Amino acid sequence: MREFSALERRLLNEFQHGLPLTPEPFADIARQLGVYEITVLETLKRLQTEGVVSRVGAVFRPNRIGASTLVAMAVPEADLERVATIVSNFVEVNHNYEREHDFNLWFVVVADNEKLLREVLAEIEESSGYPLLDLPLLNEYFIDLGFDLKWN
Amino acid sequence: MELRANNTIDMVKNPGLRDALIKVIGEGLPLVKRPYAEIAQRLNCSEAEVIAGIQSIIAQGDLKRFGVVVRHRKLGYRANGMVVWDVPDNRVAELGHCIGQYSFVTLCYQRPRRLPEWRYNLFSMIHGQDRAAVIEQVEFIVQQCGLQGIEHEILFSRRCFKQRGANYAGRLQSPAPGRVVNE
Repeated sequence: MREFSALERRLLNEFQHGLPLTPEPFADIARQLGVYEITVLETLKRLQTEGVVSRVGAVFRPNRIGASTLVAMAVPEADLERVATIVSNFVEVNHNYEREHDFNLWFVVVADNEKLLREVLAEIEESSGYPLLDLPLLNEYFIDLGFDLKWN
Repeated sequence: MELRANNTIDMVKNPGLRDALIKVIGEGLPLVKRPYAEIAQRLNCSEAEVIAGIQSIIAQGDLKRFGVVVRHRKLGYRANGMVVWDVPDNRVAELGHCIGQYSFVTLCYQRPRRLPEWRYNLFSMIHGQDRAAVIEQVEFIVQQCGLQGIEHEILFSRRCFKQRGANYAGRLQSPAPGRVVNE
């Protein structure tokens, strides 16, 4: 990981929430940080190109738009790569991670509504050949204040 | 008031605009001087309608965040542990709020048990610079929230096979919002 400048750190840490809804939001940010608007834009573009910033935009609350669930599968190690590829190829799959557990494949499925979600889950089971655990969100206990990045 | 009334009417008149905006802000704003004006041009509406539309989406509580979305892994937070807890059903809310209050916890959800395979009903996500940091944070939570007798496991992530779905052409019916959840 490279070193980040003071400006980069502030852009990454202080603007995870509440992007200004004004005609020139980056000019507003620049004023807050005491730099030029073009500097803010160029810095964000560079961070995005590097993949440090995935986007400047929205993170949606689960279950507010469409239907979603978290799925777990227990797949033998030797078959994991194949099954993971099958799962990832579904456009409805958002995140797909290997985790250290007997249930070693974890992914999020999103569809427009509950009925379509059921269909996708059934198809994933059928095409992968493994049963899945459907673990939908029931309650959220988390006040999202943004992730506080600690710099060494 | 006048402006608000007009904006509401515009959103009703153009229900497609809301879906289109959800898709656009899910994919990310263009990094230009006037991003909302550029979106307006793309969607064939006015800059004021774009801004009012996003305000209304936020007001409806559909967003967790609207701003700079960072990738923890790229910032040196390489260890990601999903910590799952087997909590008595009548204490889920109390303990969920306790676990969810710490800044290093990025998600805290109740999910159903699936017995006999799966006993855990409370899920929290912890990012740390390495495994030891995550384990230390879990220990801290156990102490602070009095979870000494509560069964739990840390599921560290290994490979990331897919981080987001960019293509929504599939089974999504309407103008396919670009949704990313649990990020």
